[in-house]
Amino acid sequence: MAPANTHQAKTQFGYRRHPDQDRPGPSPAEHPVVIVGAGPVGLSLAIDLAQRGQRVVLLDDADRIGEGSRAICFSKRSLEYWDRLGVGDRMVDKGVVWSVGRIFHGEQQLYQFNLLPEDGHKRPAFINLQQYYAEAYLVDRIGDLPGIDLRWRNKVTALEQRNDSALLTIETPEGAYRLQAQYVVACDGARSSLRQMVGAEFAGQVFEDQFLIADVKMTAEFPTERWFWFDPPFHAGRSALLHRQPDDVWRIDLQLNRYADPVVEKKPENVRPRIARMLGHDKFEFEWISLYKFQCRRMDRFIHGRVIFAGDSAHQVSPFGARGANSGLEDAENLSWKIDRVLRGTSPASLLESYHVERSMAADENIRESTRSTDFMAPNSHQEARLRKAVLSLAKETEFGKRMVNGGRLSVPCSYDTPLSSRDTDAWRGGPSPGCSMLDAPVAGQGYLTDAFSKGGTDFTLLSFSNGAVFEAPDGVRDIRIGGEGGLADPSGLVAKRYDAEPGAAYLLRPDGYVAARFRHPTREAIASALSRAAGLN
Amino acid sequence: MALSTSSNFARPDDAFRAIVEAHRGLTEEQSADFDAALVLILANHIGDIGVLREAIGLAKRRMIDGQQQQQQQQ
Repeated sequence: MAPANTHQAKTQFGYRRHPDQDRPGPSPAEHPVVIVGAGPVGLSLAIDLAQRGQRVVLLDDADRIGEGSRAICFSKRSLEYWDRLGVGDRMVDKGVVWSVGRIFHGEQQLYQFNLLPEDGHKRPAFINLQQYYAEAYLVDRIGDLPGIDLRWRNKVTALEQRNDSALLTIETPEGAYRLQAQYVVACDGARSSLRQMVGAEFAGQVFEDQFLIADVKMTAEFPTERWFWFDPPFHAGRSALLHRQPDDVWRIDLQLNRYADPVVEKKPENVRPRIARMLGHDKFEFEWISLYKFQCRRMDRFIHGRVIFAGDSAHQVSPFGARGANSGLEDAENLSWKIDRVLRGTSPASLLESYHVERSMAADENIRESTRSTDFMAPNSHQEARLRKAVLSLAKETEFGKRMVNGGRLSVPCSYDTPLSSRDTDAWRGGPSPGCSMLDAPVAGQGYLTDAFSKGGTDFTLLSFSNGAVFEAPDGVRDIRIGGEGGLADPSGLVAKRYDAEPGAAYLLRPDGYVAARFRHPTREAIASALSRAAGLN
Repeated sequence: MALSTSSNFARPDDAFRAIVEAHRGLTEEQSADFDAALVLILANHIGDIGVLREAIGLAKRRMIDGQQQQQQQQ
């Protein structure tokens, strides 16, 4: 028997000298975009920009894909983004698909939830996949894209902001060199060195309770669901989480007290009995053990001169809710099309400010949700503990109590109150309003609406519902027509239903799949005006 | 909907008495647990976050007023 060896996925990459390091004379090589940090966010952003035709330099101070499973839950939204980047199938094929979660109190189940209770979506609510697989697939994809220059063991050690560029000093095994970039995107994680270089604060709340994360390898018959316990019999008085990953690896997350000694608690011989108590046996091996204190914090501004922050470098949340990596990927998809337009000169540089507006709004929402979950798991006072106890006991017999139990509220795309949206002027009873993410639905032939959207690269798109009259999108806007001659059929009626659309209606979608405007009776003028607003042109 | 502070019970003494009697025989700890559950049940019944916030504001204001009075007496 040859069990799948997850260590194979932890790939090592070689440092290679680049001609930029051997430039004669004092002027450094110039690049439009330099991304710092080849984690899921930096890798995805690089692919997105390259698919839009940009040349990208991607720097990483390490030479290998991260140790440990780390982020494991990737959301529907992230999968739809990865579909557009050409890696969605690979992630989903390897990942463990799930949508059901159960919450227990003691030995009793309080309730179960289904995060995607309806059919007609290409992607599931979530997959679980070790972060190192996700990164490996993204690195493979980068191999297909000549526009990306990925440089391992390139560590940024200094930053100088200039009027229209940033100058980076980069340390390599063969000495230092410099690069000049029109834009630098810092995807260098929670301990971002770029953040220190711009002198930005990273303020927020530190949670004193400690959590032990153990990924164990075992064969088990638990269903592919997210199980969360308050006060379980095997870990009295605290919380526990069990979640499946590929390769028979299981994520176990145990709350410890705030005075636990991390060095002692991390020792495998001390972790083993805790896990054995939970599982009722000790037939497992450790993949990864880590002890955490959580922080919820964000930068005040995500843009500092020519340096733009994305992912954990800009905002950090507790892991309950899968809002870390997923929100970082949302940062990437929000930023990519904006940088592309600014570099092409089709939008002014001020469009980038909307990245800060929209994504800091999302960060606030993610921090709020994740703080509430963490506070519920680790109450701060006797009275908070008392209120939680009341909720847990009421949950046994009331629906409202079940819904107040907070074992993590899982990541969904944020809705933006943004200057890029044009307000509704018609009456709508449903459908995604401006500032909301597009919704998936099945279409004949194409598979799904998200397939049609990602086909051929994403630009502004007019999603129109045919009423027989030919209505053409303005220049530079792609057409997706539902119904009518040459349009996509909507056999289930779900596209029209999910978009509350009657024949003649149209949605203007941004390149990141967000709704910019919608019209019951679109005119060319109204669409042109919404387009120019969404592109930051007025 | 705004928080109603006019008298809503036909027999207010019955309501007060019902709550008082529910606490009879409970320890301080049990009483506090009971109150927590009761507050959550009633809050859900109201089901209006604006009204709940107003109610919280009224209860809080009372406590702040009480503290100030105490300080003045000192």
